[in-house]
Amino acid sequence: MDGTTELHQTPLYDLHLSLGAKMVPFAGYDMPVQYRMGVMKEHLHTRAACGLFDVSHMGQVILRPLSGDVADAALALERLVPVDVLGLKTGRQRYAMFTDEAGGMLDDLMVARWDDALFLVVNAACKDADIAHLRAALSDTCEILVQDRALIALQGPDAAAALARLVPGIETMRFMDARAFGDLWISRSGYTGEDGYEISLPAAGVHDFATRLLDMPEVAPIGLGARDSLRLEAGLCLYGHDIDTGTTPVAAGLTWAIQKTRRAGGARAGGFPGADVILAQLSDGAETARVGLRPEGRAPMREGVALFADGTGGEPIGRVTSGGFGPSVGGPVAMGYLPAPLSSPGTRVYGEVRGKRMAVDVAALPFVQQGYKR
Amino acid sequence: MKYTEEHEWLRVEDDLVVVGITTHAAEQLGDVVFIELPDVGTMVSKDDEVVVIESVKAASDILAPIDGEIVEVNEALVDEPGKVNDDPEGDAWFFKLKIEDLSEMDDLMDEAAYKKFVG
Repeated sequence: MDGTTELHQTPLYDLHLSLGAKMVPFAGYDMPVQYRMGVMKEHLHTRAACGLFDVSHMGQVILRPLSGDVADAALALERLVPVDVLGLKTGRQRYAMFTDEAGGMLDDLMVARWDDALFLVVNAACKDADIAHLRAALSDTCEILVQDRALIALQGPDAAAALARLVPGIETMRFMDARAFGDLWISRSGYTGEDGYEISLPAAGVHDFATRLLDMPEVAPIGLGARDSLRLEAGLCLYGHDIDTGTTPVAAGLTWAIQKTRRAGGARAGGFPGADVILAQLSDGAETARVGLRPEGRAPMREGVALFADGTGGEPIGRVTSGGFGPSVGGPVAMGYLPAPLSSPGTRVYGEVRGKRMAVDVAALPFVQQGYKR
Repeated sequence: MKYTEEHEWLRVEDDLVVVGITTHAAEQLGDVVFIELPDVGTMVSKDDEVVVIESVKAASDILAPIDGEIVEVNEALVDEPGKVNDDPEGDAWFFKLKIEDLSEMDDLMDEAAYKKFVG
Protein backbone atom coordinates (compact mmCIF):
# COMPACT_ATOMS: atom_id res chain seq x y z
CA MET A 1 0.00 0.00 0.00
CA ASP A 2 1.30 3.48 -0.69
CA GLY A 3 0.57 6.09 1.94
CA THR A 4 -1.88 8.00 -0.22
CA THR A 5 -4.36 5.12 -0.48
CA GLU A 6 -7.06 5.12 2.14
CA LEU A 7 -7.45 1.77 3.87
CA HIS A 8 -10.93 0.27 4.00
CA GLN A 9 -12.47 -0.56 7.34
CA THR A 10 -14.71 -3.51 8.11
CA PRO A 11 -17.97 -2.97 10.05
CA LEU A 12 -16.12 -4.27 13.15
CA TYR A 13 -13.34 -1.66 12.99
CA ASP A 14 -14.47 0.19 16.14
CA LEU A 15 -14.85 -3.09 18.02
CA HIS A 16 -11.28 -4.07 17.11
CA LEU A 17 -9.98 -0.79 18.49
CA SER A 18 -12.01 -1.14 21.68
CA LEU A 19 -10.56 -4.66 22.14
CA GLY A 20 -7.01 -3.28 21.98
CA ALA A 21 -6.18 -4.70 18.55
CA LYS A 22 -2.94 -3.88 16.82
CA MET A 23 -4.10 -2.87 13.34
CA VAL A 24 -2.14 -3.47 10.13
CA PRO A 25 -2.85 -2.94 6.42
CA PHE A 26 -3.95 -6.19 4.77
CA ALA A 27 -5.36 -6.49 1.24
CA GLY A 28 -6.41 -2.84 1.32
CA TYR A 29 -8.10 -3.08 4.73
CA ASP A 30 -7.04 -1.91 8.16
CA MET A 31 -7.20 -5.26 9.98
CA PRO A 32 -6.40 -6.60 13.47
CA VAL A 33 -3.17 -8.63 13.42
CA GLN A 34 -3.50 -9.41 17.12
CA TYR A 35 -5.36 -8.39 20.25
CA ARG A 36 -4.12 -8.10 23.83
CA MET A 37 -3.58 -11.88 24.25
CA GLY A 38 -0.96 -11.94 21.49
CA VAL A 39 -0.58 -14.34 18.57
CA MET A 40 0.60 -17.37 20.54
CA LYS A 41 -2.18 -17.33 23.15
CA GLU A 42 -4.82 -16.49 20.54
CA HIS A 43 -3.72 -19.49 18.49
CA LEU A 44 -3.78 -21.87 21.45
CA HIS A 45 -7.10 -20.49 22.67
CA THR A 46 -8.69 -21.23 19.30
CA ARG A 47 -7.50 -24.85 19.42
CA ALA A 48 -8.57 -25.28 23.05
CA ALA A 49 -11.83 -23.31 23.16
CA CYS A 50 -13.15 -20.85 20.60
CA GLY A 51 -11.89 -17.88 18.58
CA LEU A 52 -13.82 -15.16 16.77
CA PHE A 53 -12.33 -13.81 13.52
CA ASP A 54 -13.43 -10.82 11.47
CA VAL A 55 -13.11 -11.84 7.82
CA SER A 56 -15.40 -9.15 6.45
CA HIS A 57 -12.64 -8.06 4.07
CA MET A 58 -13.30 -11.17 1.98
CA GLY A 59 -15.49 -10.97 -1.10
CA GLN A 60 -19.05 -12.34 -0.99
CA VAL A 61 -20.83 -12.84 -4.28
CA ILE A 62 -24.19 -14.35 -5.22
CA LEU A 63 -24.58 -15.90 -8.67
CA ARG A 64 -28.30 -15.77 -9.43
CA PRO A 65 -29.30 -17.67 -12.59
CA LEU A 66 -31.29 -15.58 -15.08
CA SER A 67 -33.33 -18.72 -15.89
CA GLY A 68 -34.26 -19.24 -12.25
CA ASP A 69 -32.67 -22.71 -12.36
CA VAL A 70 -29.61 -22.93 -10.10
CA ALA A 71 -28.25 -25.76 -12.29
CA ASP A 72 -27.67 -23.14 -14.99
CA ALA A 73 -25.55 -21.08 -12.61
CA ALA A 74 -23.67 -24.22 -11.58
CA LEU A 75 -22.90 -25.17 -15.19
CA ALA A 76 -21.85 -21.60 -15.93
CA LEU A 77 -19.45 -21.49 -12.97
CA GLU A 78 -17.97 -24.80 -14.13
CA ARG A 79 -16.57 -22.86 -17.12
CA LEU A 80 -14.18 -21.16 -14.64
CA VAL A 81 -13.37 -23.87 -12.08
CA PRO A 82 -12.27 -27.54 -12.40
CA VAL A 83 -14.84 -28.51 -9.80
CA ASP A 84 -18.15 -30.39 -9.94
CA VAL A 85 -20.53 -27.55 -9.07
CA LEU A 86 -23.58 -29.13 -10.70
CA GLY A 87 -23.25 -32.17 -8.47
CA LEU A 88 -23.08 -30.06 -5.32
CA LYS A 89 -26.23 -30.71 -3.30
CA THR A 90 -28.45 -27.90 -2.09
CA GLY A 91 -27.25 -26.78 1.34
CA ARG A 92 -23.68 -27.90 0.76
CA GLN A 93 -20.44 -26.03 0.15
CA ARG A 94 -17.31 -26.98 -1.75
CA TYR A 95 -13.75 -25.67 -2.17
CA ALA A 96 -12.83 -24.47 -5.67
CA MET A 97 -10.27 -22.43 -7.58
CA PHE A 98 -10.41 -20.13 -10.58
CA THR A 99 -7.84 -21.41 -13.09
CA ASP A 100 -6.11 -19.58 -15.92
CA GLU A 101 -5.18 -20.79 -19.43
CA ALA A 102 -1.80 -22.07 -18.20
CA GLY A 103 -3.45 -24.14 -15.47
CA GLY A 104 -2.36 -21.75 -12.73
CA MET A 105 -4.70 -20.41 -10.06
CA LEU A 106 -6.23 -16.92 -10.09
CA ASP A 107 -7.80 -17.40 -6.65
CA ASP A 108 -9.27 -20.06 -4.43
CA LEU A 109 -12.81 -19.84 -3.11
CA MET A 110 -15.77 -21.48 -1.43
CA VAL A 111 -18.96 -22.21 -3.38
CA ALA A 112 -22.22 -22.91 -1.55
CA ARG A 113 -25.35 -24.10 -3.33
CA TRP A 114 -28.67 -22.70 -2.26
CA ASP A 115 -32.17 -23.46 -3.65
CA ASP A 116 -32.05 -20.63 -6.15
CA ALA A 117 -28.45 -19.37 -6.35
CA LEU A 118 -24.77 -20.01 -5.68
CA PHE A 119 -22.94 -18.13 -2.93
CA LEU A 120 -19.20 -17.56 -3.38
CA VAL A 121 -16.61 -16.36 -0.86
CA VAL A 122 -13.33 -15.20 -2.41
CA ASN A 123 -10.08 -13.73 -1.11
CA ALA A 124 -9.94 -10.04 -0.27
CA ALA A 125 -6.84 -9.32 -2.33
CA CYS A 126 -8.37 -10.96 -5.42
CA LYS A 127 -12.00 -9.92 -5.11
CA ASP A 128 -12.03 -7.06 -7.62
CA ALA A 129 -10.33 -9.23 -10.26
CA ASP A 130 -12.58 -12.19 -9.43
CA ILE A 131 -15.74 -10.10 -9.80
CA ALA A 132 -14.54 -8.76 -13.16
CA HIS A 133 -13.70 -12.32 -14.22
CA LEU A 134 -17.18 -13.55 -13.20
CA ARG A 135 -18.90 -10.64 -14.96
CA ALA A 136 -16.93 -11.18 -18.17
CA ALA A 137 -17.57 -14.92 -18.29
CA LEU A 138 -21.00 -15.45 -16.73
CA SER A 139 -23.13 -12.36 -17.34
CA ASP A 140 -25.02 -14.20 -20.10
CA THR A 141 -26.28 -16.72 -17.54
CA CYS A 142 -26.19 -15.11 -14.10
CA GLU A 143 -26.68 -11.92 -12.23
CA ILE A 144 -23.45 -11.30 -10.32
CA LEU A 145 -24.47 -9.72 -7.04
CA VAL A 146 -21.64 -8.45 -4.85
CA GLN A 147 -22.70 -8.49 -1.22
CA ASP A 148 -21.91 -5.67 1.17
CA ARG A 149 -22.24 -7.88 4.25
CA ALA A 150 -20.04 -8.69 7.19
CA LEU A 151 -18.36 -12.10 7.51
CA ILE A 152 -17.12 -13.58 10.75
CA ALA A 153 -15.69 -16.98 11.63
CA LEU A 154 -16.16 -18.78 14.94
CA GLN A 155 -13.59 -21.56 15.24
CA GLY A 156 -12.59 -24.17 17.78
CA PRO A 157 -14.00 -27.09 19.75
CA ASP A 158 -16.41 -24.84 21.67
CA ALA A 159 -17.68 -23.00 18.58
CA ALA A 160 -20.82 -25.11 18.15
CA ALA A 161 -21.93 -24.72 21.77
CA ALA A 162 -21.25 -20.97 21.70
CA LEU A 163 -23.03 -20.28 18.42
CA ALA A 164 -25.98 -22.53 19.29
CA ARG A 165 -26.85 -20.14 22.15
CA LEU A 166 -27.55 -17.44 19.56
CA VAL A 167 -28.63 -19.61 16.62
CA PRO A 168 -30.33 -22.82 17.77
CA GLY A 169 -30.08 -25.53 15.13
CA ILE A 170 -26.53 -24.90 13.93
CA GLU A 171 -25.27 -27.84 15.99
CA THR A 172 -26.92 -30.35 13.62
CA MET A 173 -25.01 -29.04 10.59
CA ARG A 174 -22.15 -31.19 9.25
CA PHE A 175 -18.78 -30.02 7.97
CA MET A 176 -19.36 -28.00 4.75
CA ASP A 177 -23.11 -27.68 5.23
CA ALA A 178 -24.32 -24.20 4.24
CA ARG A 179 -27.70 -22.90 5.42
CA ALA A 180 -29.59 -19.68 5.97
CA PHE A 181 -30.96 -18.93 9.44
CA GLY A 182 -33.04 -15.83 8.80
CA ASP A 183 -30.59 -13.27 7.48
CA LEU A 184 -27.59 -15.23 8.77
CA TRP A 185 -25.90 -17.33 6.08
CA ILE A 186 -23.94 -19.96 7.96
CA SER A 187 -21.56 -22.69 6.85
CA ARG A 188 -19.81 -25.22 9.07
CA SER A 189 -16.31 -24.56 7.79
CA GLY A 190 -13.27 -22.43 8.42
CA TYR A 191 -9.58 -21.86 7.96
CA THR A 192 -8.06 -23.23 11.16
CA GLY A 193 -8.37 -27.02 10.94
CA GLU A 194 -10.85 -26.87 13.82
CA ASP A 195 -14.58 -27.40 13.89
CA GLY A 196 -16.34 -24.09 13.42
CA TYR A 197 -18.61 -21.82 11.44
CA GLU A 198 -18.41 -18.96 8.99
CA ILE A 199 -21.29 -16.52 9.35
CA SER A 200 -22.31 -13.94 6.77
CA LEU A 201 -24.66 -11.30 8.16
CA PRO A 202 -25.84 -7.76 7.47
CA ALA A 203 -23.14 -5.23 8.33
CA ALA A 204 -25.54 -3.29 10.56
CA GLY A 205 -25.99 -6.27 12.89
CA VAL A 206 -22.46 -7.61 13.16
CA HIS A 207 -21.24 -5.42 16.03
CA ASP A 208 -24.05 -6.62 18.28
CA PHE A 209 -23.72 -10.24 17.16
CA ALA A 210 -19.93 -10.28 17.67
CA THR A 211 -20.26 -8.60 21.07
CA ARG A 212 -22.74 -11.22 22.24
CA LEU A 213 -20.30 -13.96 21.20
CA LEU A 214 -17.36 -12.20 22.86
CA ASP A 215 -19.35 -11.89 26.10
CA MET A 216 -19.23 -15.70 26.36
CA PRO A 217 -16.31 -16.86 28.52
CA GLU A 218 -14.97 -19.35 25.96
CA VAL A 219 -14.88 -16.88 23.05
CA ALA A 220 -11.85 -14.64 22.42
CA PRO A 221 -11.12 -12.31 19.49
CA ILE A 222 -8.39 -13.64 17.20
CA GLY A 223 -6.28 -11.60 14.77
CA LEU A 224 -4.69 -12.30 11.41
CA GLY A 225 -1.42 -13.42 13.02
CA ALA A 226 -3.00 -16.45 14.67
CA ARG A 227 -5.26 -16.99 11.66
CA ASP A 228 -2.08 -17.53 9.64
CA SER A 229 -0.39 -19.90 12.10
CA LEU A 230 -3.63 -21.86 12.56
CA ARG A 231 -4.16 -22.38 8.84
CA LEU A 232 -0.47 -23.21 8.32
CA GLU A 233 -0.59 -25.96 10.97
CA ALA A 234 -3.80 -27.19 9.32
CA GLY A 235 -1.95 -27.45 5.98
CA LEU A 236 -4.31 -24.98 4.29
CA CYS A 237 -3.04 -22.87 1.39
CA LEU A 238 -2.81 -19.09 1.53
CA TYR A 239 -3.47 -17.55 -1.88
CA GLY A 240 -0.60 -15.41 -3.15
CA HIS A 241 1.86 -17.47 -1.12
CA ASP A 242 1.31 -21.24 -1.36
CA ILE A 243 -0.78 -21.03 -4.52
CA ASP A 244 -0.89 -18.47 -7.33
CA THR A 245 -0.84 -18.28 -11.12
CA GLY A 246 2.51 -20.12 -11.10
CA THR A 247 1.11 -23.21 -9.38
CA THR A 248 -1.44 -25.69 -10.70
CA PRO A 249 -4.00 -27.45 -8.50
CA VAL A 250 -2.10 -30.69 -9.15
CA ALA A 251 1.29 -29.35 -8.03
CA ALA A 252 -0.44 -27.76 -5.03
CA GLY A 253 -1.85 -31.12 -3.94
CA LEU A 254 -5.43 -29.95 -4.43
CA THR A 255 -6.49 -32.78 -6.75
CA TRP A 256 -9.09 -33.84 -4.13
CA ALA A 257 -10.98 -30.68 -5.14
CA ILE A 258 -11.26 -31.86 -8.78
CA GLN A 259 -14.05 -34.40 -8.83
CA LYS A 260 -14.12 -37.33 -11.28
CA THR A 261 -16.81 -35.80 -13.46
CA ARG A 262 -14.43 -32.96 -14.47
CA ARG A 263 -11.48 -35.28 -15.16
CA ALA A 264 -10.65 -37.19 -18.36
CA GLY A 265 -13.42 -39.68 -19.01
CA GLY A 266 -15.87 -37.82 -16.76
CA ALA A 267 -19.32 -36.65 -17.86
CA ARG A 268 -18.18 -32.99 -17.96
CA ALA A 269 -14.43 -33.47 -18.41
CA GLY A 270 -12.42 -30.30 -18.95
CA GLY A 271 -14.16 -27.17 -20.09
CA PHE A 272 -12.34 -24.87 -17.65
CA PRO A 273 -9.32 -22.61 -18.33
CA GLY A 274 -6.07 -24.58 -18.46
CA ALA A 275 -7.89 -27.92 -18.68
CA ASP A 276 -5.30 -29.34 -21.09
CA VAL A 277 -2.47 -28.67 -18.61
CA ILE A 278 -4.38 -29.77 -15.53
CA LEU A 279 -5.86 -32.95 -17.02
CA ALA A 280 -2.42 -33.95 -18.37
CA GLN A 281 -0.92 -33.42 -14.91
CA LEU A 282 -3.71 -35.44 -13.32
CA SER A 283 -2.68 -38.43 -15.45
CA ASP A 284 1.11 -37.88 -15.62
CA GLY A 285 1.79 -35.97 -12.39
CA ALA A 286 3.23 -32.50 -11.94
CA GLU A 287 6.96 -31.78 -11.79
CA THR A 288 6.74 -30.11 -8.42
CA ALA A 289 4.68 -30.79 -5.32
CA ARG A 290 3.56 -28.75 -2.36
CA VAL A 291 4.91 -30.32 0.83
CA GLY A 292 4.81 -29.87 4.56
CA LEU A 293 8.20 -29.09 6.09
CA ARG A 294 9.48 -29.58 9.63
CA PRO A 295 12.76 -27.73 10.20
CA GLU A 296 15.16 -29.47 12.57
CA GLY A 297 15.85 -27.37 15.63
CA ARG A 298 13.94 -24.27 16.63
CA ALA A 299 14.71 -21.72 13.91
CA PRO A 300 11.64 -20.86 11.82
CA MET A 301 11.99 -21.10 8.03
CA ARG A 302 9.88 -18.37 6.55
CA GLU A 303 8.47 -17.65 3.10
CA GLY A 304 11.17 -17.30 0.48
CA VAL A 305 13.78 -19.58 2.10
CA ALA A 306 15.54 -21.50 -0.68
CA LEU A 307 15.62 -25.30 -0.38
CA PHE A 308 18.61 -27.42 -1.43
CA ALA A 309 19.18 -31.16 -1.86
CA ASP A 310 22.46 -31.04 0.05
CA GLY A 311 23.98 -29.36 3.06
CA THR A 312 26.54 -27.56 0.89
CA GLY A 313 26.71 -26.41 -2.73
CA GLY A 314 24.27 -27.00 -5.55
CA GLU A 315 21.43 -24.91 -6.92
CA PRO A 316 18.08 -24.40 -5.13
CA ILE A 317 15.57 -27.17 -5.83
CA GLY A 318 12.58 -25.51 -4.21
CA ARG A 319 11.45 -22.89 -1.77
CA VAL A 320 9.37 -22.24 1.30
CA THR A 321 6.04 -20.54 0.53
CA SER A 322 4.72 -20.21 4.12
CA GLY A 323 6.58 -20.76 7.32
CA GLY A 324 6.81 -19.81 10.93
CA PHE A 325 6.36 -21.12 14.42
CA GLY A 326 3.50 -23.54 15.05
CA PRO A 327 2.27 -22.89 18.59
CA SER A 328 0.32 -26.18 18.78
CA VAL A 329 3.17 -28.15 17.21
CA GLY A 330 5.59 -26.41 19.57
CA GLY A 331 8.18 -25.82 16.89
CA PRO A 332 8.78 -24.42 13.43
CA VAL A 333 6.53 -25.56 10.58
CA ALA A 334 6.46 -24.61 6.92
CA MET A 335 5.06 -25.44 3.51
CA GLY A 336 6.81 -25.17 0.18
CA TYR A 337 7.45 -26.72 -3.18
CA LEU A 338 9.96 -29.45 -4.06
CA PRO A 339 10.57 -31.60 -7.14
CA ALA A 340 7.95 -34.40 -7.03
CA PRO A 341 10.57 -37.18 -6.55
CA LEU A 342 11.71 -35.44 -3.32
CA SER A 343 8.23 -34.85 -1.92
CA SER A 344 7.68 -37.98 0.21
CA PRO A 345 7.42 -37.50 3.97
CA GLY A 346 10.76 -38.13 5.65
CA THR A 347 12.86 -36.80 2.78
CA ARG A 348 15.58 -34.54 4.14
CA VAL A 349 16.42 -31.31 2.38
CA TYR A 350 18.15 -28.12 3.53
CA GLY A 351 16.87 -24.58 3.84
CA GLU A 352 19.24 -21.64 3.71
CA VAL A 353 18.60 -19.32 6.64
CA ARG A 354 20.91 -16.36 7.20
CA GLY A 355 23.51 -17.97 4.93
CA LYS A 356 23.48 -21.30 6.77
CA ARG A 357 22.02 -24.58 5.48
CA MET A 358 19.64 -26.01 8.05
CA ALA A 359 18.17 -29.51 7.84
CA VAL A 360 14.42 -29.73 7.18
CA ASP A 361 12.33 -32.85 6.63
CA VAL A 362 9.32 -33.27 4.38
CA ALA A 363 6.33 -33.93 6.64
CA ALA A 364 2.77 -35.09 6.10
CA LEU A 365 0.09 -32.36 6.13
CA PRO A 366 -1.75 -31.31 8.20
CA PHE A 367 0.62 -30.83 11.14
CA VAL A 368 -2.30 -31.07 13.59
CA GLN A 369 -5.32 -33.34 13.74
CA GLN A 370 -8.40 -31.83 12.10
CA GLY A 371 -11.46 -31.27 14.26
CA TYR A 372 -14.06 -31.27 11.47
CA LYS A 373 -17.51 -32.75 12.25
CA ARG A 374 -18.11 -34.75 9.11
CA MET B 1 20.35 1.49 33.33
CA LYS B 2 21.21 2.95 29.90
CA TYR B 3 19.27 2.60 26.65
CA THR B 4 19.95 2.64 22.90
CA GLU B 5 17.80 3.77 20.00
CA GLU B 6 17.71 0.07 19.01
CA HIS B 7 15.67 -0.54 22.20
CA GLU B 8 18.39 -2.31 24.12
CA TRP B 9 19.11 -1.77 27.79
CA LEU B 10 22.60 -1.89 29.29
CA ARG B 11 23.37 -2.46 32.95
CA VAL B 12 26.83 -2.57 34.55
CA GLU B 13 27.41 -5.58 36.79
CA ASP B 14 30.86 -6.48 38.13
CA ASP B 15 32.56 -4.28 35.50
CA LEU B 16 30.72 -6.12 32.72
CA VAL B 17 27.93 -4.66 30.60
CA VAL B 18 24.77 -6.80 30.61
CA VAL B 19 22.61 -6.29 27.50
CA GLY B 20 18.95 -7.07 26.87
CA ILE B 21 15.95 -5.58 25.10
CA THR B 22 13.40 -3.26 26.63
CA THR B 23 9.84 -4.11 27.61
CA HIS B 24 8.71 -1.81 24.81
CA ALA B 25 10.78 -3.79 22.28
CA ALA B 26 9.51 -7.14 23.59
CA GLU B 27 5.93 -5.94 23.26
CA GLN B 28 6.56 -4.78 19.71
CA LEU B 29 8.17 -8.10 18.75
CA GLY B 30 5.35 -10.24 20.10
CA ASP B 31 5.87 -13.82 21.30
CA VAL B 32 9.54 -14.73 20.90
CA VAL B 33 10.03 -18.27 19.59
CA PHE B 34 13.71 -18.52 18.65
CA ILE B 35 16.99 -17.00 19.78
CA GLU B 36 20.48 -17.53 18.39
CA LEU B 37 23.25 -16.26 20.65
CA PRO B 38 26.85 -15.40 19.71
CA ASP B 39 29.83 -17.51 20.77
CA VAL B 40 31.57 -16.54 23.97
CA GLY B 41 34.89 -14.89 23.12
CA THR B 42 33.57 -13.09 20.02
CA MET B 43 34.95 -9.58 19.59
CA VAL B 44 32.17 -7.30 18.42
CA SER B 45 32.00 -3.75 17.09
CA LYS B 46 29.12 -1.37 17.64
CA ASP B 47 26.18 -2.20 15.33
CA ASP B 48 27.40 -5.75 14.53
CA GLU B 49 24.49 -8.19 14.38
CA VAL B 50 25.12 -10.37 17.40
CA VAL B 51 21.80 -12.01 18.30
CA VAL B 52 19.06 -13.34 16.03
CA ILE B 53 15.65 -13.12 17.61
CA GLU B 54 12.50 -14.44 15.95
CA SER B 55 8.99 -13.83 17.10
CA VAL B 56 5.78 -15.35 15.77
CA LYS B 57 5.75 -12.41 13.39
CA ALA B 58 9.27 -11.84 12.09
CA ALA B 59 13.00 -12.20 12.46
CA SER B 60 15.07 -9.33 13.88
CA ASP B 61 18.67 -8.74 14.84
CA ILE B 62 20.03 -7.42 18.07
CA LEU B 63 23.02 -5.19 17.41
CA ALA B 64 26.09 -4.77 19.57
CA PRO B 65 25.45 -1.47 21.39
CA ILE B 66 29.14 -0.81 21.92
CA ASP B 67 32.56 -2.34 21.05
CA GLY B 68 33.68 -5.19 23.27
CA GLU B 69 34.11 -8.91 23.86
CA ILE B 70 31.23 -11.30 24.50
CA VAL B 71 32.17 -12.98 27.77
CA GLU B 72 28.91 -14.68 28.72
CA VAL B 73 25.59 -15.52 27.01
CA ASN B 74 22.24 -16.42 28.53
CA GLU B 75 21.92 -20.03 27.32
CA ALA B 76 18.59 -20.43 29.14
CA LEU B 77 16.95 -18.29 26.42
CA VAL B 78 17.72 -20.86 23.72
CA ASP B 79 15.39 -23.40 25.34
CA GLU B 80 12.92 -20.86 26.66
CA PRO B 81 12.80 -17.93 24.24
CA GLY B 82 9.44 -16.88 25.74
CA LYS B 83 11.36 -15.53 28.77
CA VAL B 84 12.04 -12.46 26.65
CA ASN B 85 8.33 -11.65 26.82
CA ASP B 86 7.97 -12.61 30.48
CA ASP B 87 10.89 -10.67 31.94
CA PRO B 88 12.71 -8.68 29.25
CA GLU B 89 14.50 -6.30 31.62
CA GLY B 90 15.41 -8.94 34.23
CA ASP B 91 16.03 -12.67 33.67
CA ALA B 92 16.03 -12.42 29.89
CA TRP B 93 19.36 -10.65 29.37
CA PHE B 94 21.13 -11.76 26.17
CA PHE B 95 24.87 -11.38 26.71
CA LYS B 96 27.56 -9.74 28.84
CA LEU B 97 30.21 -7.55 27.24
CA LYS B 98 33.65 -6.69 28.49
CA ILE B 99 34.45 -3.19 27.30
CA GLU B 100 37.61 -1.11 27.55
CA ASP B 101 36.18 1.93 29.18
CA LEU B 102 32.83 2.03 30.95
CA SER B 103 32.62 5.76 30.25
CA GLU B 104 31.75 4.82 26.64
CA MET B 105 28.26 4.26 27.99
CA ASP B 106 27.89 7.90 28.96
CA ASP B 107 26.63 8.83 25.48
CA LEU B 108 23.66 6.46 25.74
CA MET B 109 20.17 7.50 26.86
CA ASP B 110 19.13 7.38 30.48
CA GLU B 111 15.67 6.13 31.44
CA ALA B 112 14.00 9.52 31.12
CA ALA B 113 15.51 10.10 27.67
CA TYR B 114 14.48 6.61 26.51
CA LYS B 115 10.92 7.10 27.74
CA LYS B 116 10.77 10.30 25.73
CA PHE B 117 12.30 8.50 22.72
CA VAL B 118 9.59 5.84 22.62
CA GLY B 119 6.93 8.42 23.30
